[in-house]
Amino acid sequence: MADALSEISLTRRTVLQVSGGAAALAVLPEVVGSAYAQAPTEGARDAVEVSFTVNGTATDLRVDPRLSVLDMLRERLSLTGTKKGCNQGACGACTVLIDGKRVNACLALAVMYDGATITTIEGVADGETLHPLQAAFIEHDAFQCGYCTSGQIMSGLGCIREGHASSAEEISYWMSGNICRCGAYPGIVAAVAQAAKEDRT
Amino acid sequence: MRPFEFQRATSESEAIAAAAAGARYLAGGTTLVDLMREEVETPEKVVDINRLPLNYIRATDEAIVIGALARMSEVAANQDVRRLQPLIPETLTEGASPQLRNVASIGGNLLQRVRCPYFRMLDAACNKRVPGSGCSAIGGLNAGHAILGTSEHCAATHPSDLAVSLVALDATLLLKGPRGERAIPVTDLFRLPEATPHLEHTLEPGELIAEIRIPNGPYARKARYLKVRDRSSYEFALVSAAAALHIEDGLVKEARIAAGGVGTRPWRMNAVEAALLGKPASRISYEAAAAVSTEGTRPLSGNGYKVKLLPATIVRALEMAGEVA
Ligand SMILES: Cc1cc2nc3c(=O)[nH]c(=O)nc-3n(C[C@H](O)[C@H](O)[C@H](O)COP(=O)(O)OP(=O)(O)OC[C@H]3O[C@@H](n4cnc5c(N)ncnc54)[C@H](O)[C@@H]3O)c2cc1C
Ligand code: SF4
Ligand code: FES
Ligand code: FES
Repeated sequence: MADALSEISLTRRTVLQVSGGAAALAVLPEVVGSAYAQAPTEGARDAVEVSFTVNGTATDLRVDPRLSVLDMLRERLSLTGTKKGCNQGACGACTVLIDGKRVNACLALAVMYDGATITTIEGVADGETLHPLQAAFIEHDAFQCGYCTSGQIMSGLGCIREGHASSAEEISYWMSGNICRCGAYPGIVAAVAQAAKEDRT
Repeated sequence: MRPFEFQRATSESEAIAAAAAGARYLAGGTTLVDLMREEVETPEKVVDINRLPLNYIRATDEAIVIGALARMSEVAANQDVRRLQPLIPETLTEGASPQLRNVASIGGNLLQRVRCPYFRMLDAACNKRVPGSGCSAIGGLNAGHAILGTSEHCAATHPSDLAVSLVALDATLLLKGPRGERAIPVTDLFRLPEATPHLEHTLEPGELIAEIRIPNGPYARKARYLKVRDRSSYEFALVSAAAALHIEDGLVKEARIAAGGVGTRPWRMNAVEAALLGKPASRISYEAAAAVSTEGTRPLSGNGYKVKLLPATIVRALEMAGEVA
């Protein structure tokens, strides 16, 4: 059984490589991406020393220059709350705060941000007490599958901090860097609006 | 992503020397990292310029001067820019997403690469990616492609919104290279594809965009950017127009107009500007002048709609500019 399974996945990988990706890429970005690109540890050239403060904890690492902040968080620091959707800056699932600003972790090379302070979804709650924006997401049913949610919350924090959360229209526009395939937008907008209001009071 | 050597530049001269020796500049990385991951770009060496002191915005009576490393979001939020050059914040905010704008630099924005889907498909013919391999778009899917400035070798539009407004406003670039400094109009940065679509800009090897200078013309405050697209944000333009008007006694004294989404480079609409001079600032004059914008357009199989959308977009942008108090 296990053998049969691995054979199937091998075959699929081979097919994808042969078919060369164009159409397949659109359908299966992650599978093709991982089949194509060498893992960032292979052929590493000149690993670079970097240090970060992630969710309040200082961390020193040696990284391949190809490593994204997203892969660093997920694969080196086991912070898998930050999600990988498109890996191309087009969906917002990977949004984190770097030095207080919301950015797409997938397009950020770790080496570019040496010395930075990073906040991920794991660093938002205060112990067991949810952040008001997290609580508002639950209250407003602002998700279905939840895949986009950590990116939405991190982006929402940025949106509120930037002062772009005064109306539903403004929130929709300034949250447009976060796609929700489940279409939970009304709840997301309502949650950000509520947290923004609480932030002001 | 292919392995590459990473260098962090601590001075302009160090960065320029590295780039002159073949390294690629890395600013926000929102174009370069993306294309390196797809292996559309495969630089051997990358030089990170983010620590250079090129992140500034200076306002004088004559001009706004923006360092190449100022981020799109910072420029859009700057009070001097908003007051003296409202077109720039409007244009910037209509592009990309808040997350991308927090990272994307002004210099990198001008040098972002085309969004033609075939450019990213390693198994599709594309003269821009592999010179001489052919163009998949001209006989393929080309609804998003250009109707002005195309050649039989490439028809991809220049994707930057900012470039459109900078071309309209007669902005100039300060360049620093191995052979010293020079200033060029932003318009002159971009090449037509002609027979060499892989050559996109006129920078010499190693040349760094240091800053952008935007003159505060009398038209600068009556200026608007209209971007028509498939969804209302986080999307590239189908057609866009930057329009700036200097109106006196109800007549157009000066007009600056450029269009995006239609040309292989940002397209200044000189003939439309000329047709507006001295005319009443009204829809009738705007329509008459905008009709000239389609001269010389060459639609492909899928983008004929742009020939209609272009003048309509210019008319609406002129109306918006005329309405600015
Ligand atoms: C999903 C998505 C949507 C987008 N939507 C839009 C949009 O609607 N409108 C729009 O205009 N843009 C859009 N963009 C593009 C975005 O604005 C650009 O990627 C960004 O501005 C590039 O800036 P950067 O600093 O990240 O450049 P980088 O990726 O660091 O560099 C880009 C190029 O410029 C070169 N370079 C950078 N700085 C300099 C310099 N100072 N001197 C010389 N060379 C330099 C680099 O070597 C590289 O070739 C979008 C991007 C993404 C990923
Ligand atoms: S239009 Fe230009 S970028 Fe697109 S396939 Fe043709 S040559 Fe390549
Ligand atoms: S995973 Fe980063 S934007 Fe989609
Ligand atoms: S909740 Fe499923 S993608 Fe947003």
